[in-house]
Amino acid sequence: MSHTRRNFLKFMGLAAAGLCAGSAGSALAAAEAGPVRAADALKAKRWAMVIDTTKVGTKETIDVLAKACHHAHNVPDIPTKQNVKWIWAASYDEAFDQPNDHGNDAMEKREFALLCNHCTHPPCVRVCPTQATFQRPDGIVAMDYHRCIGCRYCMAACPFGARSFNFMEPRLYLDLNNLNKEFPTRMRGVVEKCNFCVDRLAHGKQPACVEASNGALAFGDLSDPNSEVRKLLREHYTIRRKPSLGTEPGVYYII
Amino acid sequence: MLEKALKGSPKYYLWIGFLLLVIAGASSVYITQLIHGLTITGMSRDVSWGFYIAQFTYLVGLAASGVMIVLPYYFHHYKKFKDLVIFGEFMAIGAVVMCLGFIVVDIGQPQRMLNVLLFPTPNSILFWDMVVLNGYLILNLLVGWTCLECDRQHMPHPKWTKVVAYVSIIWAFSIHTVTAFLYQGLPGRHYWLTAILAARFLASAFCSGPAILLLVIMLTEKLTTFKAEAEGVATLAKIIVYAMCVNVFFFLLEVFSAFYSNIPEHMNSLIYLFKGLDGHTELVPYMWTAVAFGLGSLALLIPPKLRDNRKLLPWSLGILVIATWIDKGLGLLIGGFNPSPFDTVAPYWPTGKELIVSLMIYATGALVVTILFKVATEVKQELGVSQKPAVSLETEA
Repeated sequence: MSHTRRNFLKFMGLAAAGLCAGSAGSALAAAEAGPVRAADALKAKRWAMVIDTTKVGTKETIDVLAKACHHAHNVPDIPTKQNVKWIWAASYDEAFDQPNDHGNDAMEKREFALLCNHCTHPPCVRVCPTQATFQRPDGIVAMDYHRCIGCRYCMAACPFGARSFNFMEPRLYLDLNNLNKEFPTRMRGVVEKCNFCVDRLAHGKQPACVEASNGALAFGDLSDPNSEVRKLLREHYTIRRKPSLGTEPGVYYII
Repeated sequence: MLEKALKGSPKYYLWIGFLLLVIAGASSVYITQLIHGLTITGMSRDVSWGFYIAQFTYLVGLAASGVMIVLPYYFHHYKKFKDLVIFGEFMAIGAVVMCLGFIVVDIGQPQRMLNVLLFPTPNSILFWDMVVLNGYLILNLLVGWTCLECDRQHMPHPKWTKVVAYVSIIWAFSIHTVTAFLYQGLPGRHYWLTAILAARFLASAFCSGPAILLLVIMLTEKLTTFKAEAEGVATLAKIIVYAMCVNVFFFLLEVFSAFYSNIPEHMNSLIYLFKGLDGHTELVPYMWTAVAFGLGSLALLIPPKLRDNRKLLPWSLGILVIATWIDKGLGLLIGGFNPSPFDTVAPYWPTGKELIVSLMIYATGALVVTILFKVATEVKQELGVSQKPAVSLETEA
């Protein structure tokens, strides 16, 4: 075969077509396979949480939950007001919009674990311009950290202050020798928040805070009348944060 | 036509050079922000929008304000505005450029900005704001540039420009309404959660925007051979004072609803801004300055004798601009985020770096406006319309 320009171009054309076909084929194959799902993944129609504040009602006990959560999700420990937190302790007046001038002593002293409420009608999802934050069919409000443009509209929209922005490089505030390799770290410039441990549910595990709570936190399917959360809600008086705003929070507090 | 911006007096070049220098110097701070993130700003977990978004909001008002000239000219055939129309349109272009700039510097991952287009999300007001702002930019460029070029060629304006101008008038209202919707649909932010916010935005835009425009036009008159028709200027001043009255009235409606109902959520932001809350009084002096300047501007603009005094007018307009800027460029954002969702006060103040990055955007806007106004005045000079009497020709820039 003589080395003409014509032959060279033919060869290159064929090679390019072959490469395209190859990658398209593998892409199609991947699409057919879909994501890998563990057989023991926990599933629900509507995940919800019940927090027994009589059992976990001090800063110390809530810090245990925060520690477990923040380690499981590589949440940086930033000492400024540009901090990141997924679950934290707050007083009654900070947590609920039902102030009482003469509340009882127990309520005055009690601390409440606050986290994303995974609302049924989440305002953060409504305002996100890129669908980087979205609601899963099981009710969990999740984040795609790679799509988020960092406009922080969701932070303005969330009436519960559940969202944090990575104002700076979060990895500078992480113990890099003690990372949870099962969950990604984030880059600066994106918003994050509690994800109800979707990563752990997919592997059949309860959320990290629930596991660390010694039974003070319950997690389950709100749509299943026989679930543990429904049983607790039947047996106890519970309240939710700011119900008048109509977001329908998925986190209930036993008082 | 753009070549007209390339030839000018030494003063003109000095000003352009100064602006370029400011932009270049300030962009070094923006590069710092790109490297280290928005941590260089005063924003926090509780006050997650700050000076940048506040300037964006204020400047959308400036962009919309051109309509106060364009509407009477096109809808009511008010010919006295003929020589001002092009400046209204060109000012809008400069303002929208600044708006887009402030959005870009505010987002945490600007290189992902096009995700807004790649994943269009109609339920997000930010998506619509992007649509209406870019649309408004294109409309004004199209009409302004085409009409000026036709004037220069002694040709009648093409018919379609009239249609586009009509669309741009309606569009101007939409840009500020949609910007207000960014805020007023958020549950739990009570200072913003009010049906009158969009109307307040428009009222404040239609006084502050034309006021800035008129100040720049008066400056243009000083620096070039251009001379606006006195009656047109007087009418614009009248429009400004009406809009300012409506603006103050709308604000007082808010005050009434909040304090007569005595609902804490509705009162707290206002108390924080004007009296201080939980010992935080950072904004109180600014807000009362706004009140004093706002009422002062009304006192100087309502009596026709004072309003028509061209020596006094720049000062009256100046304090009006300061009053509306404090209200919308400072109070609206910080007051909206306070008290926080935890009913606590989280003070915010922009950092020096934040202000320098903002300066970069403002200088860019000034550059765009300078170049466009230069082109417009040169064309008018070439045509010999709206010119000063020949005596003052030596002051040409």
